[in-house]
Amino acid sequence: MTVMKSVLGAAAMFALSSHASLADPALIYDLGGKFDKSFNEAAYRGAARWVEETGGSYKELEMQSEAQREQALRRLAESGANPIVTTGFAFADTLNTVAPDYPDTTFAIIDSIVDQPNVRSIVFKEEQGSYLVGMLAAEASKTGTVGFIGGMDIPLIRKFACGYVQGAKAANPDIKILQNMTGSTPAAWNDPVKGAELAKAQVSQGADVIYAAAGGTGIGILQAAADEDILSIGVDSNQNMLHPGKVLTSMVKRVDNAVFDMFSAGADLEPGTVTLGLSDDGVAYAMDENNADLVTDAMRAPVDAAGAKIAAGEIEVHDYTTDSACPVQ
Amino acid sequence: MDYPTLIAILDSTLRLATPLLLACLAGLYSERSGVVDIGLEGKMLMAAMASGVVAYLTGNVWAGVGAAIGASILFSMIHGLASITFRGNQLISGVALNFLASGLTVLIAQALFHQGGRTPALSGNARFSTITLPFEAEIRQVPILGPLYSDVLSGHSILVYVALLAVPVTWWVLYRTRFGLRLRAVGENPESVDTAGISVVGMRYGALVITGLLCGLAGAYMSTGLQAGFGREMIAGRGYIALAALIFANWHPWRALGATMLFGFLQALALRPDVLSNFGLSVPDAFLDALPYVLTVIVLAGVVGKPTPPKAGGQPYVKER
Repeated sequence: MTVMKSVLGAAAMFALSSHASLADPALIYDLGGKFDKSFNEAAYRGAARWVEETGGSYKELEMQSEAQREQALRRLAESGANPIVTTGFAFADTLNTVAPDYPDTTFAIIDSIVDQPNVRSIVFKEEQGSYLVGMLAAEASKTGTVGFIGGMDIPLIRKFACGYVQGAKAANPDIKILQNMTGSTPAAWNDPVKGAELAKAQVSQGADVIYAAAGGTGIGILQAAADEDILSIGVDSNQNMLHPGKVLTSMVKRVDNAVFDMFSAGADLEPGTVTLGLSDDGVAYAMDENNADLVTDAMRAPVDAAGAKIAAGEIEVHDYTTDSACPVQ
Repeated sequence: MDYPTLIAILDSTLRLATPLLLACLAGLYSERSGVVDIGLEGKMLMAAMASGVVAYLTGNVWAGVGAAIGASILFSMIHGLASITFRGNQLISGVALNFLASGLTVLIAQALFHQGGRTPALSGNARFSTITLPFEAEIRQVPILGPLYSDVLSGHSILVYVALLAVPVTWWVLYRTRFGLRLRAVGENPESVDTAGISVVGMRYGALVITGLLCGLAGAYMSTGLQAGFGREMIAGRGYIALAALIFANWHPWRALGATMLFGFLQALALRPDVLSNFGLSVPDAFLDALPYVLTVIVLAGVVGKPTPPKAGGQPYVKER
């Protein structure tokens, strides 16, 4: 079996390395796909910017099924790519298996922590970015009710929700926050119809700003919000352009910056865990021409002030994943 | 729970139940003819993708519906070819088609638009707009019943009314026409139909065309009525819930309406945890999501009446030689 594996591996290595020089960085997109208008696309933008600025080349692979994970990682490792960047928490288990077999290659994972000597883990302080968009939501709300709709009910998404609630309460202590999760199985990431119904249900309860942290389901939430003529907040990538003038802002995770920095470091990429928050420009709320009229300078001032305080450590935003609880509801 | 909340939930129920109802009736035609169709999910997925693609390219939602029906009937015919003509296992053929649809839809959408397997957002005439029923404003004034008409029944896209209309039509076709009599007979006792000189194969293919048509409408409603475009795996198991509803309804059109409305109501209720907690009930969403399947198992176990599936269901017909 192992002989077979190495023969196959050698063949794969030959096939892959015929065009690119050794030690190119590599990027593997998770199942959402390269152009998902969200997480993976942000990673792609980082890689594209690196190519533009350095003229280098990189290898990329788009996952098509769950079963490909290990095979894809091994293939890239054996082709000599270094570092190999994987996007998405779903790669954590696979990395734990594969990384020890290739001690000379540095792997990286975004959105999860893998404790291996040759893995760089990058996680974001989503609660900080969510805190800021929570403040904006509370300021933009006329009804005094705002909503949050998560995808699958996992601690990571609760972390978004908890930051959002804290921010909204900070801007308006009397605000009412409705919270829903789409479901408890992975299907909850891809059910735009249920997302839209949840948004409509929140609208009927008075919500006029809804924050969607729900992957593909979020597309349906943003659509329903635009149809119902209320505001929505996008997530991960800047989603303001999906419905110009209807998306208040987006809580962006600068996955692109993270990928750019790791590609720039090249084979010298240091293993270990890096947490990116407001102080490192790892998370932010998105402003562009699509929402310039929605977010006034008067609204931005307190938000930017709070952002500076969080970055300086003067405001502590509670992280749900530390104790599986949120201090405010 | 106050009255406006109930109205909002019922409104949501009707939207969520419509794809279930269309798919359930689709399954009813197929299974009544003796062909078990577990591939409702796959057909809806193909239809949702086809209508998203064609509605976007042409800017016309009806062209999208046409494409949805075409794609769905195509899949129905593959199922027919495998399970009627070649007498393959109907369950395996259905499952295979579900897998095929799951991959093929994303592949096609990705190849065409490069947006991670999604189709671009539809707007204007490429989407179904909502219809306001006649005298909506006048009837709204009537206490209690007014909002039921104006807020629950009125204001949906036309496919919702098509689905509701499909129930009496299906009942009439099945129980009042010659075609319906033969259809039921071919699912109960194909030999007798064959003896009468009617083609069993022809009847079953006919039923599958109707199944494809209804699944096409269900998929089109998902991507161009409820949503503005196709997204990967967007049917999210509704084809299977429709199958459960079909069993729950004991393969009867009027009961199918009741079953899908009940399942739709459960889904709508799951969206409003606040309502349940007002009653002092703390029910996890997952329980409400699972309830349709639990109810179906209870029905299958024969706790409430005896389920009477079509006798020849699942068996390919072999003419005696």
